[in-house]
Amino acid sequence: MTTTLTPPESPTGGQAPAPLSRSERKRLSKGARQEEHLGWMLCAPAVIVMVAVAAFPMGYAIYLSFQRYSLRFPNLAKWVGLNNYGAVLGSKFWWQAFLITVIITVISVALEFVLGMAFAMLMHKTLVGKGFMRTLILIPYGLVTVVAAYGWQYAWTPSTGYLAKYLLSSTAAPLTHTGTSIALIILAEVWKTTPFMALLLLAGLSLVSEDLLAAARMDGASAWQRFIRITLPLMKPAILVAVLFRTLDAFRVFDNIFILTGGANNTASVSFLAYNNLFKALNLGLGSTVSVLIFIAVAIIAFIFVKLFGAAAPGSEA
Amino acid sequence: MAAVITPGKRAGWTAIDVVVAIWVIVPLLWIVSLSFKSPAAIADGNLWPTHWTTSNYSSIFQTSDFYDALRNSVGIAVIATAIGTLLASFAAYAIARLRFRGKQLLVGASLLVAMFPQISLVTPLFNVLRVTHLFNTWWGLVIPYVCFSLPMAIYILSAFFREIPRDLERAAEIDGATPLQAFVRVIAPLAAPGMVTAFILVFLFCWNDFLFAISFTSSNASRTVPAAIAYFTGNSSFENPIGNIAAAAVIITIPILVFVLFFQRRIVAGLTSGAVKG
Repeated sequence: MTTTLTPPESPTGGQAPAPLSRSERKRLSKGARQEEHLGWMLCAPAVIVMVAVAAFPMGYAIYLSFQRYSLRFPNLAKWVGLNNYGAVLGSKFWWQAFLITVIITVISVALEFVLGMAFAMLMHKTLVGKGFMRTLILIPYGLVTVVAAYGWQYAWTPSTGYLAKYLLSSTAAPLTHTGTSIALIILAEVWKTTPFMALLLLAGLSLVSEDLLAAARMDGASAWQRFIRITLPLMKPAILVAVLFRTLDAFRVFDNIFILTGGANNTASVSFLAYNNLFKALNLGLGSTVSVLIFIAVAIIAFIFVKLFGAAAPGSEA
Repeated sequence: MAAVITPGKRAGWTAIDVVVAIWVIVPLLWIVSLSFKSPAAIADGNLWPTHWTTSNYSSIFQTSDFYDALRNSVGIAVIATAIGTLLASFAAYAIARLRFRGKQLLVGASLLVAMFPQISLVTPLFNVLRVTHLFNTWWGLVIPYVCFSLPMAIYILSAFFREIPRDLERAAEIDGATPLQAFVRVIAPLAAPGMVTAFILVFLFCWNDFLFAISFTSSNASRTVPAAIAYFTGNSSFENPIGNIAAAAVIITIPILVFVLFFQRRIVAGLTSGAVKG
């Protein structure tokens, strides 16, 4: 190992770097420079695309959030500082929508994680029709969201739907009450996006070494112990990605609400509020403010996740 | 799984398969059923059509609109997925393996791109695409799709690259491979489950996107299927287009089935187990 110069490794193997002599350190710093150069070369294309496409629109949206700017009264546009933020945060509609969004996010992500893990296990282990089951489980995620939502809306509406016909009394209209509407929105979300979770977790499962599990079995570990002590910890990076990206998405829930209830009966989410302000009221200032607040809320959630998972986060040295 | 497959085990798995299949299939069946109902029967509430008709299918193929939309959808999704996963795999490899300044910043910033509500980005992006003459072109959708799928792809892939034993690369280097060869021949194949997962998810993201597709296209030159569906009107303006919408949804789900069926085989367990023994 001493004949070739290897870049300083980030200690994924767990061994602490040995103290270095002066000449070694000098050579290493040259290697480190090369490594830094290569790192940036590899990241540059992705960074360029993201900056070129996203930076200006994001900056512009943030800028608009400090403006009084409605397309109906473009002449009255002016800089109003934090006034829009005061208006949104002082509004009961925002907090109502925020509460609904949190409820939908927490329940649907929790259900999706449990179901997704079960599906991933099935896709990984089933002895019967593996390829078929893997494909079948993924279909709901492949279905266009708006169409899937239309299907549910039709199914639950009395007189047009089989679910309303077979499961409910003839007078019940579940999409006209807050509680049942929220439950059906969650059902639609869970049905649609559990495959996303399952696919990511399946890929995570495929990294768990069978040798390790077999060894644990020899040592008398039960199936549950093997799952909790070996499989779950090894899947931590995959779980982080799956739960994080699902949570970010769930917090911006829009399509299903738009189709299923149109935001009626207090079922509007925060994204729905942004849509109403931007595209219905044409109030770009307030709409952008709502968007930035959603962004901040989502950023806080992401920060908490990454901190909780610590070493499993991408790019962390652990 | 070296264990013997007993009839009991087989029956158990079959039972679980059936339960999961019902959960997936029943809502799908409803959409398939809607696509085969006549406009008169569409609101009868039966899970199964009493009278089958293919009029919904023939009506969406009456004009070239749907063909064009299918062509656009396939072209745009394939190009965006190919570019997106390629760029993401470079960046993810660097993030998982190399030390460089600004790495944490890069990881954080890419997450910010994934977090911003896309609905508020539509208007400024529209202006950018118009100024750059990319509005209503394939690239006008490909570029935003690549951008907004990169964060997720980078996260997925770097989670997989870091799980691959370092000794394998080192062994390849000692055998005289360049870093690029080591990546292409050793790392990428071993990260296949992650690569395939990223590939499938990015493809589905592009394939199903509605918001950008409806905002950044204005004709058959670039309109994708989800956007084209929004223009379905039914055979007359008084007719509910849900039957046509369902038929279109069934048709565009078929390529997804083929795509997933083809790629999911690459997600297999234990590729790396045993690779670094001895």
